[in-house]
Amino acid sequence: MTGRESAEGGQKPLLSLRNINMTFGGVKALKAVSFDVLPGEVHCLAGENGSGKSTLIKIITGVYRPQDGAVIDYDGQTYSHMSPVTAQNSGIQVIWQDLALFPEMSVAENIAFQTLLGRWPRFVNYNSMREKAIKALARLGVTLDVDRPLKDYAIAQRQIVAIARALVGEAKLVFMDEPTASLTQSETDHLLDIVRTLSASGVAVVFVSHRLAEVLEISSRLTVLRDGALVGVYPTAGMTQSRITELMTGKTFDQTVRARNVDANPVVLEVEGLSRPGQFEDISFAVRRGETLGITGLLGAGRTELALSLFGMLKPRSGTVKLQGKLVQFSSNRDAIAAGIAYLSEDRLSLGLIQPQSIADNLVIASLDRIKDGGLLSDVRKQELVARWIADLGVKIGQQGDAISTLSGGNQQRVAIAKWLATDPKLLILDAPTVGVDVGARAGIFDIVAKLADSGLAIILISDEVPEVYFNADRVLHMAQGRIVNQFTPSDCALRDIEAAVYA
Amino acid sequence: MTAIVNRTRAFLGPEMAGPGFALLAVLIVFSLASPQFFSRATFGSVAFQLPELGLLTLAMLLPVLTGGLNLAITFTANIAGLTVAWVLQQNGGADAGPFAFLLGSVLGIGVGALSGVVMGLVIAYTRAHPILVSLSMMIFLRGLGEFLTRGGDVSGFPAFLQPLGHGSIFGFPVPLLVFIGCVLIWHLLLTRMKLGFNTYMIGSNIEAARYSGVNTRKVLVLVYTLSGAMCAVAGIIMLARFNSVRVGHGESYLLITVLACFLGGVNPFGGFGRVIPVFVALVVLQLLSSGLNILGANQHLATAVWGILLITVMILRFAAGHFKFLKRKKG
Amino acid sequence: MRKVVQSHATEFALLAVIVIISLFLSIATDRFFSLGNAFDLLNTSSVNIIFAVGLLVVLIAGGIDISFAVAASVVQYVAALLLGWMGGGGWISGLLIAGALGVLLGAVNAFLIHKFRIISIVATIATFNIYFGLLMFFTRGVSIYNLPDWLTSRVILFEHEMADGSWVEITLPVLVMLICVVATWVFITRTTTGRQLYAFGDNPEGARRFGINIGAMQFIAFGWLGLMAGIGGLIQAHYAQEVVPNALYGRELDVLAAVVLGGARLGGGKGSVLGCVLGVLLISITQNGLNLAGVSPYAFKMIVGAIILVAITLSNTSIEKLLPFMRQEEGRK
Repeated sequence: MTGRESAEGGQKPLLSLRNINMTFGGVKALKAVSFDVLPGEVHCLAGENGSGKSTLIKIITGVYRPQDGAVIDYDGQTYSHMSPVTAQNSGIQVIWQDLALFPEMSVAENIAFQTLLGRWPRFVNYNSMREKAIKALARLGVTLDVDRPLKDYAIAQRQIVAIARALVGEAKLVFMDEPTASLTQSETDHLLDIVRTLSASGVAVVFVSHRLAEVLEISSRLTVLRDGALVGVYPTAGMTQSRITELMTGKTFDQTVRARNVDANPVVLEVEGLSRPGQFEDISFAVRRGETLGITGLLGAGRTELALSLFGMLKPRSGTVKLQGKLVQFSSNRDAIAAGIAYLSEDRLSLGLIQPQSIADNLVIASLDRIKDGGLLSDVRKQELVARWIADLGVKIGQQGDAISTLSGGNQQRVAIAKWLATDPKLLILDAPTVGVDVGARAGIFDIVAKLADSGLAIILISDEVPEVYFNADRVLHMAQGRIVNQFTPSDCALRDIEAAVYA
Repeated sequence: MTAIVNRTRAFLGPEMAGPGFALLAVLIVFSLASPQFFSRATFGSVAFQLPELGLLTLAMLLPVLTGGLNLAITFTANIAGLTVAWVLQQNGGADAGPFAFLLGSVLGIGVGALSGVVMGLVIAYTRAHPILVSLSMMIFLRGLGEFLTRGGDVSGFPAFLQPLGHGSIFGFPVPLLVFIGCVLIWHLLLTRMKLGFNTYMIGSNIEAARYSGVNTRKVLVLVYTLSGAMCAVAGIIMLARFNSVRVGHGESYLLITVLACFLGGVNPFGGFGRVIPVFVALVVLQLLSSGLNILGANQHLATAVWGILLITVMILRFAAGHFKFLKRKKG
Repeated sequence: MRKVVQSHATEFALLAVIVIISLFLSIATDRFFSLGNAFDLLNTSSVNIIFAVGLLVVLIAGGIDISFAVAASVVQYVAALLLGWMGGGGWISGLLIAGALGVLLGAVNAFLIHKFRIISIVATIATFNIYFGLLMFFTRGVSIYNLPDWLTSRVILFEHEMADGSWVEITLPVLVMLICVVATWVFITRTTTGRQLYAFGDNPEGARRFGINIGAMQFIAFGWLGLMAGIGGLIQAHYAQEVVPNALYGRELDVLAAVVLGGARLGGGKGSVLGCVLGVLLISITQNGLNLAGVSPYAFKMIVGAIILVAITLSNTSIEKLLPFMRQEEGRK
């Protein structure tokens, strides 16, 4: 099971964990895990959601205390557990996925935040904070106005502020939890450059990312976790994305291209010259009954804006949209839903589903008129409708009344799809349907998509993961900077052709 | 059989634990403390006092479920009462006919609804915080009312209004019947109507509701409109009870209505809460004040005890959640 | 300069509105634009400003407090009784007693909020009812008129007769108010603890991960408001020369409106002392001006309410939202 390799080349590790066990509510979150980081290396930590990555980070940074018997060797000292203060004082820094920044405070205060800590009040030395901030930013080759509030800056700059904050703390070891999740390609490139700079200056970086392409690009070694146990430590050289996926899930995926020819089917949606300056320009395409049209492209290419325009939530400046041959113009998404268009949001946590509310209510919210009985909502009808969809899509639930947040990502996404299917749509737009869904559960989502297409639904599948659209769509449009620049037919081309075009 | 148990449990719901427990505790403590507690007089006084606070609490409930507040409820009730009084006076004061009262009531409810419409529009379209919007509406309506009445009372209403405030039908006080009717309407609205369903959804996550095709602005405007209209009903009942209208009548109920909602298990952030537990919470509050009254204490002590009760219930809820958490951890 | 205006947009907007209203009132009435009237305004606004800067600290830390005004009434009453029992006391002992009692009552709120995770609006609505109910119950609503002499006699720190015969006076309440304002400003902008409060209000989870003591933050914020409520209560008794148990009832919402008008955000992390003071002053200037202009006192409350409603609506509406086409831009966020 464990393919642990000792620190190669005789280099002494900066951090070395042995025998880390952790239990939550009777469930073992980590089972005898060990983990090494060498000084100045970029090390990737990979694993599905729930594999124990974040638990491990929290143990190293002292947020959690591992069970007895754990050994943490760090920088010449041995600990049985860490505390947040020890970790910070000895140069362990974390850049959390949510960044843990303070938007209303100035950039300088955010970067030099540690000087504000401490139990007893002291006077704030704003000048020294500004100097520290400017110096830290300079190390990253960035200049920002440190007096402005952080909220004035976009997410990419905030990411940089979070990294600068880690540098102020004299970091030797920096953890980055999904740092590129909300960055565009050029911003990601810049971030990876910064990681290289850090590494070259002797700071070790542990990189957690679900984007395997980046993992391969940036890291020298890779530790894979599955179900709380160590799978192995591997040099990145010679690894492929599919090999990492296999290690993470323990399954092999032999994906086949699903593309079929549907040219004989009638057109459901026809878009002509649709433009919204600054977001997308002159978009023309058609989707047929039973067709799955893939749209791919990097973050910021205008995919989501295009989808929202079709869904009536953004107004296009010019161009036309025809649904089943009829010209349509929506003043809100309610019109779009009534006309038969459904849109699964890319942001399931805050826009796709209403997390605290029940599974049943989330499923019926868009089709309340269908559970009416004599003008009033009927609980019986609601239960019937929900039970039918739960069975149809194979959702695993406890009770219909449980909060949707109790379900796994994959099951939540199935409920979200069911919500839209219940509105009886003609066109279903799926925007990044596998974000936050475990690799193992993604195949199940695409099986549903294939079945829906076979039943005659027109589907637009948007994803920035090229393999997803390549294997699951009948046709693939490539969007870049707001325009459709290419069209591919998966049955006639290779995956790397599309990848080459998108990542070029 | 299990179906009936399940249905009853669904009807009572988890919110019922707090007020249910409080109801039992109040009944037990007072029946031990005073033999007169279980008497017609106690329940008569509860039945007559409950409706004013109760109607205002219903008006508070809807905005709280959307994650907001309506701090203008008491003065909206006063202004609606003034509207009715004005119509009655225009039609002969004490000699005004039932038609004038009907017309006044319709106008009064319209005025209450109008204050709600304005607040709803501002909240829905500017996303200003409901506490601020309703607070400034409250200050405005208080000023308007004091300007119109110069701080005095308006009285001299026709005699046929007497039963509306003090009469009984089959032994049930008329205001209580009005209140129970409104409770049922609210219950129906929240459990069986689209507006109610969407109110909960908006309370939990307004953007996600919008993405699911809910007309969030319309829902917000309607919620505050209904809240304003319910205030007007309370204002009309108060007019009949006191046989006069004075701006400031019922002012002290404002924060009590919020207290009653929280006691009834309504989530302070919105999205969860039901009418029946809130109704039980109101009964508990009135029983408490009547019981203390029998024991010789005044309303002020009852107010303090209401506050203590809210804290107690919140602490018990915290402890229960804590206990569940520990149990799961050991699990 | 542009940067200063940008980062203090609310304060400048308020200042502009105050200037416009003042200009209008100076033309409309002959008495508004006089030093005498200006100092009069300061004297009458002192108590509200003291309350406001206290409430500001709680709002910055992400809380809300409904109970502070009745807490101030409790402090007034208990302090008056204690001082009488002590045989008089003086300003020093009076302020110490009032401040300590205020901190204690604030700490009760912080305790409930932190220890039992009751959110602040629920906890303080409960304590509002407890404080007020018990005060009215034990006092039977009876006012105290025989206060110690030092408390009731006006303390004039500076006076000067103007050429037109009116008097310019700076009284003790103004001095105490200035001290409270400056102390709060130093505390929240110049000390590490003050900045921790901002950080905690802005992003509580982030603050927790940095090891900021959440419990301490609650006690400091509510304790500071308690201190201000205590001091404000004593000053109000001094100003009114009597202690009426329900005199401050309802004041909490007026102060809250003024503070939020001054740019503080319900939800935390935002707000400034200057904005808060300007918010209170805007309301008192409007009332004072309408009063001088001979508008019925019954009408000007209504006008003030309307002004706040319009101000809140405008401050939450950017130009884009008023133009329907531009509104679509915010669809994706």
